[in-house]
Amino acid sequence: MTELVGQLINLLAAILLMLSFAMISQRRILSLIHLFTAQGATLVAATVLVGYATQQPHLYISAGITLLLKVIAIPLLLHRVITRLDVRWDVETLINIPMTMIIGIALVIFAFNLALPISKLSVSLARGTLGIALACVLLSFMMMITRSKAVPQVIGFLSMENGLFFAATSATYGMPMVVELGIALDVLVGILILGVFLFHIREQFDSLDISHLEKLKED
Amino acid sequence: MATLFFVLGIPLLGSFVLALSGHRDAGREINVAFSLGTFVATCVLTTEVIAGGPLFAWNREFYIDPLNVFLVTLTAFVGLTTAIFSRPYMRVERDHGKMTPNRMRLYHSMYQLFSFTMLIALTTNNLGILWVAMEAATLTTVLLVSVYRTPASLEAAWKYFILCGVGIAQALFGTVLLYMAAEKVIGTEGGALLWTNLDAVKAQLDPAIITLAFAFLFIGYGTKVGLVPMHNWLPDAHAEGPTPVSAVLSGLLLNVAVYALLRCKVLTDGALHSQLAGQLMIAFGLLSVLVAAFFLSRQKDVKRMFAYSSIEHMGLITFAFGIGGPIANYAGLLHMTVHSLIKSGIFFAVGHATQKAGTQNMADIRGLIKVSPTVGWGLMLGSLAILGMPPFGVFASEFLILTTAMREQPWATPFLLLALGVAFAAVFSRVQPMVFGETSVRPLAHPPALLPVFAHLGLGLMLGLYIPPYLDDWYRQAARMMGG
Repeated sequence: MTELVGQLINLLAAILLMLSFAMISQRRILSLIHLFTAQGATLVAATVLVGYATQQPHLYISAGITLLLKVIAIPLLLHRVITRLDVRWDVETLINIPMTMIIGIALVIFAFNLALPISKLSVSLARGTLGIALACVLLSFMMMITRSKAVPQVIGFLSMENGLFFAATSATYGMPMVVELGIALDVLVGILILGVFLFHIREQFDSLDISHLEKLKED
Repeated sequence: MATLFFVLGIPLLGSFVLALSGHRDAGREINVAFSLGTFVATCVLTTEVIAGGPLFAWNREFYIDPLNVFLVTLTAFVGLTTAIFSRPYMRVERDHGKMTPNRMRLYHSMYQLFSFTMLIALTTNNLGILWVAMEAATLTTVLLVSVYRTPASLEAAWKYFILCGVGIAQALFGTVLLYMAAEKVIGTEGGALLWTNLDAVKAQLDPAIITLAFAFLFIGYGTKVGLVPMHNWLPDAHAEGPTPVSAVLSGLLLNVAVYALLRCKVLTDGALHSQLAGQLMIAFGLLSVLVAAFFLSRQKDVKRMFAYSSIEHMGLITFAFGIGGPIANYAGLLHMTVHSLIKSGIFFAVGHATQKAGTQNMADIRGLIKVSPTVGWGLMLGSLAILGMPPFGVFASEFLILTTAMREQPWATPFLLLALGVAFAAVFSRVQPMVFGETSVRPLAHPPALLPVFAHLGLGLMLGLYIPPYLDDWYRQAARMMGG
């Protein structure tokens, strides 16, 4: 049984990585939000499975928080923001997509190498997952760098949080409850502030293109 | 324990009260009152710790020892003086139409919430909560930086949010790894993220995991310290926000980030039996000092220039702690104190000067001393103090850092001296015409608050000439605790 659960968690980790790749190759903002929601749902499933396999009831609570926050609240919020700002289409990346994918593959190899010595030491049931979590973090990081628009940057930021959360669940069976609550609160407040900012930026610059935000340079 | 409740409770209550009433004229006074309350509570806490030694509170979730108690007091003190300074400053901003009642409310409420997050970060024993508090501090200061809603301030705040958000996410990954290493030794039930527990078993932590964990923690908290090359957010955030916010960013937030780094370094040193953490801090500290010194000379905006000076000093502090040992640690702590006092004092003077001149461009600010001798002298003396002129405290700490560097890391000394020389030339040549020369500034309707400027400079001067025995004792204990 534990064997099966371990395999399932590995499968979910693989899905998570695939979704990260789908996100860096996606041009449409609406699809990005769908992918982000799917990533959140995968994370919830993985957390519940780890909780079931290791008999850690507090993981169910943290899965519940993730479900509320990352599968329901934040996607809803993002949908509202893009409807009100009318930016459902977005076709710009700074580097072309095939190039991004190749860099992404390199990042995954790098992440796996970095996590290799630690995965060996891990007592957790899903050993390879730390590398995948790190790869997800790095891929989201790259997504933030290669997108010139504000909304994809925000989604990249959130997806990075997903990767970190997955690392916490798979490597250590979740952080202590009080820390997890604190992190969830920070993420929620952060996304609210970013949402408000999007409207201010739009108001001031008539655009959500971050390349307008380059006035403050050293001269 | 009750005192700690007040230390944390007063600013939290203050943020709620000011969220309701901060838009009124009395909001500025209420802000000062709450800051004063926090400061009094921290003073009581300090005397308790001096009398009774380190103390735990609330199920060991909070821990006060010599290292953080002096930072707690410093934080509350600078919080108080900045609140006093912000009273006339914000009145002028309101008269200029830059602050509407709603912005005033947001500003005051976030100011108190920021103090709250800083104090939580300093007093918590839980490294996870430390991370949460640092992130919360980022969020509150993002709102403070963007309070004017100008394009430039929005840009600065966005950059700050994204860069620090990404940076601090790395620190979270590092914390997860640390927890993973600790879990093996302590188990899931034993509070494996409590710093004191980790400190007790640090020699048994797995070196492979800790190495990686420290790398991530260093990038994460190093971003908040403003170390080169993760420093890009710092000058923008300092220059575009209100000046009281620049003062607390430089005076408090950077210190707390250094504190977080130090806690992690102590654990890493214990686990690795090597100098990895120290070497990383020496390298990045020195790089920051050098790069910041050369950027200093290219600045036109007075607040940007002093922001780069903050990067330089943070680099110096990181370098000192990187060398380690009782003397360098002592010097690092002293430098943290005097830099925090003097830099926020400078920002107070700069705040009044830029309001008088109506610009932050240094070329347009001339002859401050003719219009307002006190602001002029405050800026001049503050600049001399921060550049390391005797008899101010910065001289004492820089002298200690340099002499230790000569003994421990002789190759670094020429670079340090070069950077300090370049910084001196850059800052002095800019400040001198601003203070003296033909005047272009006009008097303001509201008298500036000069008490904070001279209180800070006076304390900086005192620390250069005479360190009170109890403070000396604190520094020594803290320096020993960090593996002296």
